[in-house]
Amino acid sequence: MAQVNLRKLVKHYDETPAVRGIDLDIADKEFVVLVGPSGCGKTTTLRMIAGLEDITDGEIVIGGDVVNDVPPKDRDIAMVFQNYALYPHMSVHENMSFGLRLKKVPKDEIKRRVANVATILALTELLDRKPKQLSGGQRQRVAMGRAIVRNPKVFLFDEPLSNLDAKLRVHMRTEIKKVHQKVRTTTVYVTHDQVEAMTLADRVVVMNAGRIEQIGTPHELYHSPATLFVAGFIGSPAMNMMKCSLEETAGALRLQVNGSISLPVPQERVARYRAYVGKRDLLLGLRPEHVTDVRGAALPGQATFEVPIEVTEPMGMETLVFFTINGSEICARTDPTAEIHPGKRAQLLADLRYMHLIDEASGRVL
Amino acid sequence: MSSLSPEIPSPGVLAAEPRKTGSMKRDRRRALYWSYFFLALFVVFFLTPPIYMMITSLKSSAEIGAITNPWWVYAPTLENYWALLGSEQYLTFFKNSAIVSVVVVIVTMLISIPAAFALARMKFWGSAALGMGVFLTYLIPETLLFIPLFKIFAWVQDTLGIEVMNHYWVLMVIYPTLTVPFCTWIMIGYFASIPKELDEAALIDGAGYLQMLTKIFIPVALPGIIAATIFAFTVSWADFLYPMAFTTSADQLVLPAGIVTILIRGDVYAWGQIMAACLLGALPPLLIYAFLMDYYIAGLTAGATKG
Repeated sequence: MAQVNLRKLVKHYDETPAVRGIDLDIADKEFVVLVGPSGCGKTTTLRMIAGLEDITDGEIVIGGDVVNDVPPKDRDIAMVFQNYALYPHMSVHENMSFGLRLKKVPKDEIKRRVANVATILALTELLDRKPKQLSGGQRQRVAMGRAIVRNPKVFLFDEPLSNLDAKLRVHMRTEIKKVHQKVRTTTVYVTHDQVEAMTLADRVVVMNAGRIEQIGTPHELYHSPATLFVAGFIGSPAMNMMKCSLEETAGALRLQVNGSISLPVPQERVARYRAYVGKRDLLLGLRPEHVTDVRGAALPGQATFEVPIEVTEPMGMETLVFFTINGSEICARTDPTAEIHPGKRAQLLADLRYMHLIDEASGRVL
Repeated sequence: MSSLSPEIPSPGVLAAEPRKTGSMKRDRRRALYWSYFFLALFVVFFLTPPIYMMITSLKSSAEIGAITNPWWVYAPTLENYWALLGSEQYLTFFKNSAIVSVVVVIVTMLISIPAAFALARMKFWGSAALGMGVFLTYLIPETLLFIPLFKIFAWVQDTLGIEVMNHYWVLMVIYPTLTVPFCTWIMIGYFASIPKELDEAALIDGAGYLQMLTKIFIPVALPGIIAATIFAFTVSWADFLYPMAFTTSADQLVLPAGIVTILIRGDVYAWGQIMAACLLGALPPLLIYAFLMDYYIAGLTAGATKG
């Protein structure tokens, strides 16, 4: 059990920068997920923590010790790979005990620990099988078992669920969470799937182009993204973005979205946004669940508007409604019973209490 | 009635369907015929010599010399085989060949496996060029090399006083120059097909490079190693030029050189015994191929497709 600290971590491949200065403090027993699009440097960061990549600049501290030049085997970490990386010629038991055998742990102890972990992961029946004879989910559990059995300071997961089909992925996600609740080892988990990140993490680190965009709990990232990138990356369907401008009339602020749509800024936000009146390149960010069908009278901070609907996608519990404002496609989540039909105009409600005002040029959420 | 008629399949349409599958079957059958034709041609081409050898080895010298049907044995005899198996010289050749081949296989493996591992996995400066170089050395034929080697051996003998020539152990030194490059090359391909994550997992599990090699790479790449072993054995068992050039005394000869030395005296060819000796000599590789054929093929095609 240990904390992990990354200080000004930099990685260049030849001249190409992959990671451009990362500062991150991971607390003991914390489950941190690095998430971002491919090429954002998240896997490189993980591999540097593992010791599989050299560090160009900066410092990695595990459990209080700088490990920059410590080989992987002496860092006391365990890693789960995307393609499992099970030793094909060894049985499940041998796979799980390989690290312990190399460390010359006594045989009885190995047997006890493997049996223990096998119970946690429901692998007891499979201990004598070869990886070839296992299903994808079982292999994934063995890979996790191999990591857990060594009782390391830190678990590193490199997109462990990407090779599984959608249904199994959801199942294994829960499994990983359960295991972490039982084993409580500091965990760094890399994924490109923001849903995985949100559901698993104590804290999510959103990365983009080699830098950290934002660090926060899933709740913080979802409700108060710091940048345009995070706002667009977290959440599915993605947050709606529409160009707008801010106008002041008689002490009240209005968002001018286009010729026909003008939305009032809620009173509590007026002071915060007043400085941006007349500023160019502003984006209004509004999550799909905050654009809904009109249900009764509008509360303060809510505003109705009318648009021609293009497409509706019934999902069962809700219906996604699509329309275009200012050239950007907007998605609304509406009640399935609402009378909204493609090709017709409809009244919709924008809940501006949850709005985000974004400066497009700097990418900051204002 | 007339409006319905298009719905009812006419007899012609009905018949068309089986005819269609029939033509597919015919195509397939024709392809098979051709396959068998060429396979048969291949079998005849490659099996005629050994069959002829066997027929001849079962004849007495008199029958070989007589004008009879060369493809038939009128008075089969095992006298050639008994003569060889009773001949101390022939058994010495056999023993020398066995010693040389086994040692060469071991030496080759001891060099090629770590070399291939290093070239496939440890990216060091010049490793790619070195890997290519290893393969290029394999392309230089031994016919080009034996005269320079002869000079080198003479020089070693003159300056260092080590008598190199006319000892069968010299073959153990020079055969690896033929086997190591090719075996290394096969195994670079094989090791390269092992996913990188596997060594990273081993690295994190606490394995050093040596343990990674012995505990992960060798077991996983075993088919490739077996293929390389067979190759090394075949080369050192069957090579003819080097033993002819570098060994002369009867007690130092290996099989291929020995057979032509003792069984051809001047212009007298003991054909029956030559054929028997060759067939007996071909037996060990034949047995090895028979048992390890599947591994050999798997090894040669490794890396061609992803598993």
